[in-house]
Amino acid sequence: MIPAAFDYEVAESADHAVSLLGEHGEDAKLLAGGHSLLPLMRLRLAAPSVLVDIGRISDLNYVRDGGDHVAVGALTTMEEAHFSELLQHECPILAHTAGEVGDPQVRHRGTVGGTVAHADPASDIPTVLLALDADLVVQGPGGTRTVPAREFWKGIFESALGPQDMLTEIRVPKLAGAGWSYQKFHPRAQDWAIVGVAAVASNGDVRVALTNMGETPLRASAVEQALASGSDPAAAAERAVEGANPPNDALASSEYREHLAKVLTRRAIEGARSS
Amino acid sequence: MTQVAEPEAKRWVGGGILRKEDPELITGQGRFVDDIALPGMLWLAFVRSPVASATIASIDTSAAKELPGVQAVLTGQELADDWALPLPCAWPIGNRTNFEDPDDPRTPDHWPVVKDRVRYMGEIVAVVVADSREHAADAIEAVDVDYDELPVVTDMMEALEEGSPVLHDDLGSNEAYTWGFTNGDVDRVFAEAPVVVKERYYNQRLIPNAIEPRGVVVQPIPAQGEFTIWSATQIPHILKVLLALTLDINEAKIRVVAPDVGGGFGSKLNVYAEEAICLAVAKRLGQPVKWTEERSENYLATIHGRDVIQDMEVAATEEGKTLGFRVKLYADFGAYMQLVTPGIPILGAWLYHGVYDAQAYGFEATGVFTNKVPTDAYRGAGRPEATYAVERIMDTLARRVGKDPAEIREMNFIPPFDEAREVASGLSFDSGNYHATLEKAKQLAGYDEVRREQQANDGRRDGKLLGVGLSTYIEMCGLAPSQTLAALKYGAGGWEAATIRCHPTGKVTVITGTSPHGQGHVTTWSQLAADALGVEPDDVEVLHGDTAVSALGMDSYGSRSASVGGAALYKAAEKIRAKARAIAAHELEVAEEDLEWKDGKFQVTGAPDRAKTIPEVAFTAWTAHALPAEIEPGLEATAVWDPPNFTFPSGAHICVVEVDPETGSTRIDKYVAVDDCGTVINPMIVDGQVMGGIAQGIAEALYEEALYDENGTLLTGNMSTYRVPSAAELPGYVLDRKVTPSTTNPIGVKGIGEAGTIASPPAVLNAVADALRYVGVEFIDKPASAERVWRAIQQAQGQAPPDRAPSGGGTGAASMTPEEEGGVA
Amino acid sequence: MRRIALTVNGIRREAEVEPRLLLVYFLRESLGLTGTNVGCDTSSCGACTVMMDGKSVKSCTVLAVQADGAEVTTIEGLATDGQLHPLQEAFRKNHGLQCGFCTPGMIMAGLGLIESGASMEDEDVRLGLEGNLCRCTGYQNIVKAIQEAAGEMRQPAPAAQPAAVQGGSE
Repeated sequence: MIPAAFDYEVAESADHAVSLLGEHGEDAKLLAGGHSLLPLMRLRLAAPSVLVDIGRISDLNYVRDGGDHVAVGALTTMEEAHFSELLQHECPILAHTAGEVGDPQVRHRGTVGGTVAHADPASDIPTVLLALDADLVVQGPGGTRTVPAREFWKGIFESALGPQDMLTEIRVPKLAGAGWSYQKFHPRAQDWAIVGVAAVASNGDVRVALTNMGETPLRASAVEQALASGSDPAAAAERAVEGANPPNDALASSEYREHLAKVLTRRAIEGARSS
Repeated sequence: MTQVAEPEAKRWVGGGILRKEDPELITGQGRFVDDIALPGMLWLAFVRSPVASATIASIDTSAAKELPGVQAVLTGQELADDWALPLPCAWPIGNRTNFEDPDDPRTPDHWPVVKDRVRYMGEIVAVVVADSREHAADAIEAVDVDYDELPVVTDMMEALEEGSPVLHDDLGSNEAYTWGFTNGDVDRVFAEAPVVVKERYYNQRLIPNAIEPRGVVVQPIPAQGEFTIWSATQIPHILKVLLALTLDINEAKIRVVAPDVGGGFGSKLNVYAEEAICLAVAKRLGQPVKWTEERSENYLATIHGRDVIQDMEVAATEEGKTLGFRVKLYADFGAYMQLVTPGIPILGAWLYHGVYDAQAYGFEATGVFTNKVPTDAYRGAGRPEATYAVERIMDTLARRVGKDPAEIREMNFIPPFDEAREVASGLSFDSGNYHATLEKAKQLAGYDEVRREQQANDGRRDGKLLGVGLSTYIEMCGLAPSQTLAALKYGAGGWEAATIRCHPTGKVTVITGTSPHGQGHVTTWSQLAADALGVEPDDVEVLHGDTAVSALGMDSYGSRSASVGGAALYKAAEKIRAKARAIAAHELEVAEEDLEWKDGKFQVTGAPDRAKTIPEVAFTAWTAHALPAEIEPGLEATAVWDPPNFTFPSGAHICVVEVDPETGSTRIDKYVAVDDCGTVINPMIVDGQVMGGIAQGIAEALYEEALYDENGTLLTGNMSTYRVPSAAELPGYVLDRKVTPSTTNPIGVKGIGEAGTIASPPAVLNAVADALRYVGVEFIDKPASAERVWRAIQQAQGQAPPDRAPSGGGTGAASMTPEEEGGVA
Repeated sequence: MRRIALTVNGIRREAEVEPRLLLVYFLRESLGLTGTNVGCDTSSCGACTVMMDGKSVKSCTVLAVQADGAEVTTIEGLATDGQLHPLQEAFRKNHGLQCGFCTPGMIMAGLGLIESGASMEDEDVRLGLEGNLCRCTGYQNIVKAIQEAAGEMRQPAPAAQPAAVQGGSE
């Protein structure tokens, strides 16, 4: 289909983008790689009146050493994140999972910031960021603030971003040497996750997060507590669905998703502990 | 086999020459319908019903008409007088038993645009005409339709129940027909047989997904009342006839062109509302019009396939010798009968005994209307369903009598034969050697090794469940002969036409009535013509798919093109050679009998250096300076071939799978296919058809299912939710073949376009079922998606401890309902 | 309307476009480059794949305005001086196409894969084609064609490079 007509503005900088959002009001949307938004617009499930193209802001495309963390510019593509040597070394779960998103063509255009801001609970990257306790840097009319991943996603397609906010950077901890695993269950390689599970093991502590098991990515706190109190992975994984509310749709029933969450959680913990 | 006085040397037939179609397609020079842009062209878009069952209370088109670029907005009422007839159903089966004359065929009126009542989600309720694709898309959103919703029925068994909502009030019920026949004393055989196994299978609803969506362009010449229609269709010839009737336009004023067509698989074997509407609008406005289908629109606008429930039974001795086959099937037609909807179950009606001997045979089908997209031909059409039921129940029988699935097949195969032979259903098969294909497939698959591995490791391999499945399939192709089709109430003939025109420069034009859309007819027909005429394939130009060029034709479907169209070409070449022989004899001053056709030319017997080639004769025939008295100038011939019988490709496919018992995921470890499609013209193309067919069958076996909810909403409404598999999901294939030439046509070909899709679903499902035996699962149906497998394992483990004893039927007892989740069937 | 300028198959193109115009329709309808096809509306099928600034992209999910300033190569731009590209040759030689509708996108996806330096093992090529759907071929011959073309495209340069690496690195 053809998107409904809209006005188009090019932002020269993050500041400019924020001011354009202010100018055009609630019906304006930011456009980065467009691989979340344009498909919705083609099916006319979204029809913003203004698109602010942030894809040409050149200084938001980077992966750099931030001292105690790795800083990923919001406009870094999935492919760039996947092949970033810094990420591969310091935060391999993010590099790996960026290569699991969509397909090669999608990864050439889709951005890390775009998938985070879009807040689709079936997305892989937010789950990994949640397990990593990443920080998200947001620029708005009042300046820049940092939002912890745990507080960022609020619901389906809803996040801590206000109507005039723009996500500019993702900060992930340096975890070279930590164990990790992202288990994605998807019938076809190009499919979104039916369920995904991220596990990161460092300093004897395992953090687990779930994809598509609720309206946002979820931390599997009950699993983490069980592991902390000595449960084996299988027993701990049985608690993966506590607090979850998985969708029940044509792609999978909620009970199957619950089952998968347990299986994949166990596999992710085992994978993280053995890597 | 038909005797041919002068079998031509096979220089090109059987050789894998590269495709002549490819140069344009690999460089972006292909010309598909959506590539056509005409000056002044208007764009059509359709307002489609978002609900499955409703009467239309009102339609307000005024806002849409005000939008920029909008030329017209037309409703069903406004277009009502544009149709002379409803959309055609060419195969109205009717209620019948044992081929009595049918009563009323119960074909409901099917108008291109709904007049007052919507019967499925996606049905067209209004037409927008605008000056651009964008403006047309904008305008459909501005048409305001008020629907009074009616009760919905999506489950075919519920639709047959008393009290169900009835789709077509004038028919009084949702039963479209019940049609059946028996051969032999089937009731007695089943009553007396020591073993009867019965299972219920569900061939789920599928969406064909030719990668090119449909599209139509119509160019009118108003002053002449002429129309050129480009359509992404498999059937330009049939479309011309039926559009002429539907709109009451002089057929001679209509030209239909099927340009490059991006796959069909049966989904472009139809006369669609959009084709009729584009023609009607072009006629009304006197301007060229275009419509290009969107993919998610395709899922609602183009026919679906399958959706058939089967209660399948086999009667056998204690040892497993088959005595009788009997099936009762229910076919969900959706809301209307499209072009050949009622005929689809009938295409499998004689095949529910597969390649096995039996004394008695029974078939009965009931067609049902529901509030869903109409079903019609989808790759295999009737034969995949039959093959699935037969090949699944043979495995169940094997377990019931304690035999290996390979052994139960081998002991029941019809013995090898190379002359036509009557089989249990009453059909006459052309030739076959079922042992040979199975034996070869077993070797290639390492069948015995897999069985040993299963035994040694309790069915496990690296934590996965290991399974192997067989499918020794039979199918029938080349819909024929025309008289048989008449007896089956099919509305057209089964013949095909070919014209050969030998040019004075030595080049040859072949005009075929088949209409390829990926099958490589240009290449294959060039090989046939090159051998038949003693020329090079590159000297042969093959024309097709344009009714102004190819006047006679019945188009491409049902794996008919080579066996019927190729045979027509062969017959035309015989006529060319007969005329050329007379001219050559005259020129060489010898009697015709003194010439032999050898090495691609006419040689004087005993003096091979005195010879004439067809190109030489063509020049003589063109100058007409020295022709025998009774011979007309020119060297051109047309032949129309009406085959005496169907052809019967067969083969053995073996699939090895590994199933993850935790998630239910299936991975295909190995897939082997040994096919017998008779004579092979181009091995590369034949292998390509087999591989593509298998892929589509694996998709059916493991991935694809069109799901509706109880409101009649299509839940798998686009390509991100309907799982057409990619290269990443599919295995490599190991292929081999056996050749038993068909006795139905002079070239010995049987057809290969559908075989892979017919054979593979039961091979995969038998393999999955074989693997799941080791965790106590007794039954699994298509698609064996991860969730369905997981559910089956859950169910098995929720019962008694896993039982490794033979599972399946029991005597006439086990009746499994199709999957209860998912909202269909 | 918005003015854009981009290079398509080596030729600089300028046009006034509506912001909502998708790159694929700009190529097909504004430039008449109809080799790039549209097979779906959900970025699933890959028929519309083209190269943009050296990377394969789905041109149905890129706005023409987003391609302002870019270098785009379509199937029409692959052959040079009348010589088919190795991928085009390999698709024909290996019967990697039937109806040919997915083929331009499949070839461009293959090009993106080869140029990214990806491994050409069966499984890696198959995974690399996850975003392209074909309904005709069953993929086996497509995989073979891409592997064969990669072999040719990645051959070490003939001169002066003593230890050219076979295959790519990531």
